Amino acid sequence: MLILTCPNCGIAADETDLAPGGEAHITRHGPEASDDEFEGYLFHKRNPKGVHFERWRHAFGCGKWFHAARDTATLEVFGTYPAQTLEPPKALQALIRKKRPDWEGFQK
Amino acid sequence: MSTRLADTGRLIDRTKPLEFRFNGKRFKGFAGDTLASALLANGQVLVGRSYKYHRPRGIIAAGPEEPNALVGLGREGRFEPNQRTTTTELFDGLYATSQNHWPSLEFDVGAVNRVMSRFFPAGFYYKTFMFPRFAWKHLFEPVVRQAAGLGKPPKHRDADRYEYFYYHSDIVVIGGGIAGLQAALQAGRAGVKVLLVEQTAHWGGRAPVDGAKIAGKPAADWVAGAVAELQAMDNVTLRNRTMGAGVYDHGYLTAYERLSDHAPEIPGPRHRLWRIRARRIITATGAIERPLAFAGNDVPGVMLAGAVRDYVTNFGVSPGDRTVIVTNNDDAYRTAIALKQAGLVVPAVIDARDSADGDLPARARKLGIRVDTGKAIARVSGNKKVEGVSICMQAGEGSALEEIKCDAVAMSGGWSPVVHLWSHCGGKLDWDRDHAMFRPDPNRPPTGADGAGFVIAAGTANGHLDTASVLADAHEAGRRAATETGGKPADDTAPQAAGEAAAPMLPVWQMPQGASKKLQMKAFLDYQNDVKVSDVRLAAQEGYESVEHTKRYTTLGMASDQGKLSNINGLAILADSLNADIPAVGTTTFRPPYQPISFGAIAGDARGDLFKPVRRTPIHDWLDANGAHWEPVADWRRPYTLQKPGESVKDAVRREILNTRQNVGLLDASTLGKIIVKGPDAGRFVDMLYTNMMSNLAIGKCRYGLMCSENGFLSDDGVVARLSEDTFLCHTTSGGSDRIHAWMEEWLQTEWWDWKVYTANVTEQWAQIGIVGPNARKVIEAMGVEGMDVSREAMPFMTFQDGSIAGITARAFRISFSGELSYEIAVPASQGRAFWDAALKAGAAHGIQPYGTEALHVMRAEKGFIMIGDETDGTVIPQDLGLHWAISKKKADFLGKRAQQRSFMRDENRKQLVGLATEDPAVVLPEAAHAIEGPKRDNGMENIIGHVTSTYYSPTLNRSIAMALIKGGSRRMGEVLSFPVGDGKVIRAKVVDPVFLDKDGERQNA
Repeated sequence: MLILTCPNCGIAADETDLAPGGEAHITRHGPEASDDEFEGYLFHKRNPKGVHFERWRHAFGCGKWFHAARDTATLEVFGTYPAQTLEPPKALQALIRKKRPDWEGFQK
Repeated sequence: MSTRLADTGRLIDRTKPLEFRFNGKRFKGFAGDTLASALLANGQVLVGRSYKYHRPRGIIAAGPEEPNALVGLGREGRFEPNQRTTTTELFDGLYATSQNHWPSLEFDVGAVNRVMSRFFPAGFYYKTFMFPRFAWKHLFEPVVRQAAGLGKPPKHRDADRYEYFYYHSDIVVIGGGIAGLQAALQAGRAGVKVLLVEQTAHWGGRAPVDGAKIAGKPAADWVAGAVAELQAMDNVTLRNRTMGAGVYDHGYLTAYERLSDHAPEIPGPRHRLWRIRARRIITATGAIERPLAFAGNDVPGVMLAGAVRDYVTNFGVSPGDRTVIVTNNDDAYRTAIALKQAGLVVPAVIDARDSADGDLPARARKLGIRVDTGKAIARVSGNKKVEGVSICMQAGEGSALEEIKCDAVAMSGGWSPVVHLWSHCGGKLDWDRDHAMFRPDPNRPPTGADGAGFVIAAGTANGHLDTASVLADAHEAGRRAATETGGKPADDTAPQAAGEAAAPMLPVWQMPQGASKKLQMKAFLDYQNDVKVSDVRLAAQEGYESVEHTKRYTTLGMASDQGKLSNINGLAILADSLNADIPAVGTTTFRPPYQPISFGAIAGDARGDLFKPVRRTPIHDWLDANGAHWEPVADWRRPYTLQKPGESVKDAVRREILNTRQNVGLLDASTLGKIIVKGPDAGRFVDMLYTNMMSNLAIGKCRYGLMCSENGFLSDDGVVARLSEDTFLCHTTSGGSDRIHAWMEEWLQTEWWDWKVYTANVTEQWAQIGIVGPNARKVIEAMGVEGMDVSREAMPFMTFQDGSIAGITARAFRISFSGELSYEIAVPASQGRAFWDAALKAGAAHGIQPYGTEALHVMRAEKGFIMIGDETDGTVIPQDLGLHWAISKKKADFLGKRAQQRSFMRDENRKQLVGLATEDPAVVLPEAAHAIEGPKRDNGMENIIGHVTSTYYSPTLNRSIAMALIKGGSRRMGEVLSFPVGDGKVIRAKVVDPVFLDKDGERQNA
């Protein structure tokens, strides 16, 4: 059972207090999108073995959504950060690069 | 025969005799006995029958690895099957029954399987029960179910109480042997918070039994000193009778504390499940001895050598007068020495190695014990108990050289570290060729949130077999864990221990080396599931190469002991059969819990009323007292109907519908979801949420709206009321309020975080009561209206007003889910019951009667209104339901809009909503009945074109009504469809408009 620290309220929350929300930093595609773009938005999610950015909600806590960067294989958590951003904080990306030199880098 | 010895027994108290019953017979034991030791003390060697062949079985082990000696414990509400006699502490009045036999333990009809065993090889069930299909259901299954299985499930409600206990600790040490104690001492002295748990009632593990000396003292004295020092530390907590059960992600750990199993008179919960977060976990879980695979190694009286030593030293019980030792290592000689010192006869030590020159064999020889090297046991004679053994060459095929009479056999195939807890969360293992065992690989531990390993194996669990290196390893484990959790460990060394020079063990996976097939068929690997050497070899021969497949095919390691005793033996046999290395074959997955734990402990307090707390409306108690026939609706209970005394459910529903249509009904609609959406961007936001335009809704007016997922599928519906320029009140379905509120927040927080909107779920702040029917207005007027005007002219359909009714602050909505003249009145939840009472009182003169959810459903279906969850199933778009009118064409965007433009969403052959009128109006279609059309498909199945979504008998119309989703339904008006309902019966129904009643809405607009 994971522990993630909610960046909004600062609580190190048990997984039972959290609700998962899948991959983070997905761009919403609306009525103007092509079929391919829309299909990608709805269905094509990354599922890497390694560094991954995820959405979580502190559902049984402050109720806020946040993002977590973690390694899906080792369960190491690199950091959590507020959901109101289009990409992970630069400092966090640098930290991940340092810990995982083979990481391909953040991709939109 | 096994018996009680005169004077040994370090754990029993001979001044405290106890009485217990086994299969109704009265037996005596002592305080400190386990049920197993007490049974042996009473000469009860036969304790159960095996699972598949019903072979007589006895006690093999002295700890949790015991596969055979399982019994039913207790009676009625305290009955529990499959309890291990070896881990059951004896108490006065204990009541045990043996299992898996009929009619009795001594005479068992199922033992016919034993004679037939050569016809029940691995995969027998898979091979036999493939065809014909009917035979499985009617012939094989009933027979197999009767014959198979271990204990019978309890029939009574569990009479005991259980609880959870939440705990945080810097370090948790699992195992209270000398390794665990030393690790805990080192960590405790370093000042960090330590929890030390031990599954048995005793500290010190095997060391006192094996006669180790630590720091110049007997192990037992050192253990007592260590426990005393730990107990004196404020930062250290000790718990015995507490088993480390499972290790999970990020240092989560469960432990299982048995509080009163050993003494039922102790008040309070019986078991406690500790739910622990630890920064570091030290597994000092010791090792389990392996059996040797020779023919007849399951005859009662054949035991593990270490267990024999335990029974003699700890409990003063001898498993037999004459015990033959068979081994491939030095450790078993300790058993020979212990037996000899207890005055018992050891006819021979049969050692598979070519030589035995270590300190222990030398001591044994000095005591006059015969040691035969290079030898093996060819077979054990005896049926319900050991009568003798045939000795052969280990290198040969089993020709008997000599018969030795004996009544017990102590076997040792070497030791397997208990790596379960290390492995639960991904810790990897290395194969130690010298000791023929898997041991934790310190370079591949389970990792935690910080990326570092959080489990540290210590002592024997880490592959160290002699006392000195066990202590040194545990000392280092404690030091490391303390350092990593911020402690300051002393720079000292572990206590010294004397060790014996041990000769290497010899891996022996089959005895003798070239055992014939006949011998292999009696050499058991998994005792509990009756898996033999021949079964694993057969699996390999039939092409099973993966250890996980072989496990499932042969059931090796799938019993309740999860292969603790001899999985390694099985893996080695498989590797040998496949000509592969043991590490290349690998192990099966270790899964928590380490030992079975009670369902009670897993459930904790979550049983009965606390299993899933019920949400109650302010009217709940009144409904309960007035004939409510409850049904679950999400977390709520709602009355299906309100029965009058002597009335059937069906009649009550009919009465409620007719009364509501003719007079006036009263509905508790408080479960309806209510969410406030407020802010400068609230209009923009609700336009994105709903498929129709909401931002242009006038203040004081209501509009029905639909919400879809981004897949375009209908997810919720309800009426929106505009309370002010920047405030909308969104009603959701009863089950939907939490989900829809979370949905709103998700979009506001993660996509449109710059929009100025707040949401609040106020569902439980308001009671909502529907007054429904032709007399509704008269009732409200009779209740006394102030500050608003509920007349037809002033408050038309789909408007609302604030004011007070019956002196209670109220917001009255003119909305209708029944098609009648209807007011839904929201009052503060605390006033809900007062309002309800006032409505009943004022309505009495107008024929008011409360109604339940079934009447609600029938009335909405009469009007063709959809119900989320009936007409929708997560694959239905609003267009399928003919709700085009509620989908904006003007809005540039809303959630689900793009998805609804996909080609298959616009396919005119999608299933679409239709009404159905059965040809015989008295016949009601079954729920979910399928409509079929045309010839059968290629696979012989009917061609299904749709299904019934709602179906009722309408008392208003005096006929059956139904709605269905039918392929291309919108173009099928007037067609007659066929619905087969089983037994060759087909119901025919005509496609009609789904609005059965008052299409122009004259009643609701009245």
